[in-house]
Amino acid sequence: MKKYSFSRKSLGIPYAIFLVLFVVLPLLVLLFYAFTDGTGRPTLDNLLGFFTDPNTIGTLVYSLAVAVVTTIVSLLLAYPIAYILARSHLKTKGVIVMIFVMPMWINFSLRITALKEILTLLEGNLANFQFLNAVIGMTYDFLPFMILPIFNTISKLDNSLVEAARDLGATNAKAFLKVILPLSMPGIISGVAMVFLPAMTNYVVLDMLYNSTYIMGSLIGSYFAAYNWHSGSMIALVLLALVCLFTIVSGDDGKEDRRGGALL
Amino acid sequence: MSSENIIELKNICRAFDGDFAVQDFNLEVKKGEFVTFLGPSGCGKSTTLRMIAGFDKPDSGEILLNGEDIVSTPPHLRPINMVFQRYALFPHMNVYENIAFGLKLKKMKKDDIDRHVAKVLEMVDLEGFETRSVATLSGGQQQRIAIARALVMEPQILLLDEPLGALDLKMRKEMQLELIDMHKKLGITFVYVTHDQEEALTMSDKIVVMNNGKIQQIGTPEDIYNEPVNAFVADFIGDSNIFNGIMTGKLKARFCGAEFTCVDDVPQGTAITAVVRPEDVIIGKPGEGIIDGVVTSVVFKGMHYEIAVASGKNEIEIQTVKSAAVGDRVSLSVDPDNIHIMIADMNTNLFPVDINKNHRPEFNGQALDVSLTKVIRGSHRNSEGVLVDAAGTVIDTDRIHVVGSINPEDITMSDNVEEGLVRGRITNLIYEGDKYRYVIHTDLGMDFVAADEYLWNMDDMVGLIMPVEKMSFKVKK
Repeated sequence: MKKYSFSRKSLGIPYAIFLVLFVVLPLLVLLFYAFTDGTGRPTLDNLLGFFTDPNTIGTLVYSLAVAVVTTIVSLLLAYPIAYILARSHLKTKGVIVMIFVMPMWINFSLRITALKEILTLLEGNLANFQFLNAVIGMTYDFLPFMILPIFNTISKLDNSLVEAARDLGATNAKAFLKVILPLSMPGIISGVAMVFLPAMTNYVVLDMLYNSTYIMGSLIGSYFAAYNWHSGSMIALVLLALVCLFTIVSGDDGKEDRRGGALL
Repeated sequence: MSSENIIELKNICRAFDGDFAVQDFNLEVKKGEFVTFLGPSGCGKSTTLRMIAGFDKPDSGEILLNGEDIVSTPPHLRPINMVFQRYALFPHMNVYENIAFGLKLKKMKKDDIDRHVAKVLEMVDLEGFETRSVATLSGGQQQRIAIARALVMEPQILLLDEPLGALDLKMRKEMQLELIDMHKKLGITFVYVTHDQEEALTMSDKIVVMNNGKIQQIGTPEDIYNEPVNAFVADFIGDSNIFNGIMTGKLKARFCGAEFTCVDDVPQGTAITAVVRPEDVIIGKPGEGIIDGVVTSVVFKGMHYEIAVASGKNEIEIQTVKSAAVGDRVSLSVDPDNIHIMIADMNTNLFPVDINKNHRPEFNGQALDVSLTKVIRGSHRNSEGVLVDAAGTVIDTDRIHVVGSINPEDITMSDNVEEGLVRGRITNLIYEGDKYRYVIHTDLGMDFVAADEYLWNMDDMVGLIMPVEKMSFKVKK
């Protein structure tokens, strides 16, 4: 008599079901809508539409600009903080990291509403500074995602490597440029990946800031609101392709040491 | 000051959080010497090396390089290079880039860099490894690259911080010989740090034995081995039989329950520590030697037998090429030349601390009211309550020895022999003007020194009260 035995493989079943239901099937649905028209016939019009519609291309360029600036600003803010925290001997550094991460635990709409009030106070009419406000909102929202992976990477950096560089004739600045910075690349890449794409699509931030500019997310949202699932799906698909491209390109560089990719 | 001293350390002191890591360190190193700092972990040897490299600054004292004080010179301007404990090779660079790192910073021409890199790679027997990534190298190869990276800078002094610690035994022996060879060929001054006494004896011109941040002895390997200045050095370098005793006459010393003739002229009545190397004990038939005993264990070690003999309360360790059987009655003697007499250190008492099943430190079967994290310096309990060291590695309490120490002034003697941690009989007393110093031979077989202003009689039985807050602890691996 053969008895059913509980093998290690059975542990994977719930995950397999989850993957099929929530990842594979939705992707197939997305693909289906992206390459069909209203009557269900296969077509490439949506793809062509994406690249010929000046409205879509304009939004893409604008979102890229918001995302690039947001990523750069976040990186410039996050790296020094992460560096100082990771390399200092402060006993309280855990607490300080916590303070930077804590906003993530406060309700998102509350945070953004508060930011809106502050910006209104400073700028008067929010409509005069749409791009700036988009960047401020995104940076405020995504900064912790940039700090954490960089902090993790630098924390794990063996200090004797820095000492070795100093020993071999490098000044503090040279040791930073030639050893610490290259070795914190995995963390930087993780951080950029965590910030760049949300900054291109997270239109809720803009909506809540009463920002009327369009980013890719807003565009998808408006297509879906107008029941044009086909064009909306195509935009989502193109963005997905962009993410994959980005991951492959960045993954190439950090393949030896990905320990900093703690959040990915 | 002699002009041939390449580096001099004068009265160096360095404390961390009020604890001295290095204290009153004085050393002169001649050009071309191979100097080794030897001591147990936490003795301050690495701290001293880091001060020479420039990664740490002494709180007081001077470091003179060719006669000039370099204390405030940053590490990148010192003509000194270091080989790090775990190699510290740059993981994002290949072998060539690692070695060329310092040369590029010197703005050397590409052709010259190529030539220099090829030269040092040949020196460490890794020709053609230029384009290999460091992650693909074995431990021994990484070590060679680390040495090559330091040597290519043509330093005046090469510092090596336990460079062979991570290698297996065979590889270590090989690298030892290669390092000796390199030192001879290059003529660079080597300053080497290790806790391995055999490594130090094999490689060095001069050994600096350190303990608790202080230099215990400086000398050639032969000096250190044959003429240790105190019990710590004798115990740390090689195996030793160490006995406490007293001088009973001119060139006569009483220890281990018998009187021995020796060659060290120490005044009669002085409390002494006698050191006898295991290979110097001669085994004879009963009645032939100076003390009689019974063989309690015999272990074959390949080149020799390690034999333990019990004589009274003493145990004597012997290394000999002739075997014996457990239970044999034997007689032991030692050539007077091979007895090394040292004036006993009457300033501190050392005693072994056990860690019992309940994870409490105890001495003589009595628990000491102190937490283990205080006993084992730098340790703490992690979130699961497991004892870990500063680096987070779990400490196996079965594999460490803790040595407690207490000053004679902090021990109180009591008439009530049941009081205190241990009891014993007063075997010696010395009047020191304002107080008496007593040697108490305890039931455990070890001697304690206590100071008291009142006069006690010889042979009095006393209990020794040792307050735990006056004790300090050291871990010996």
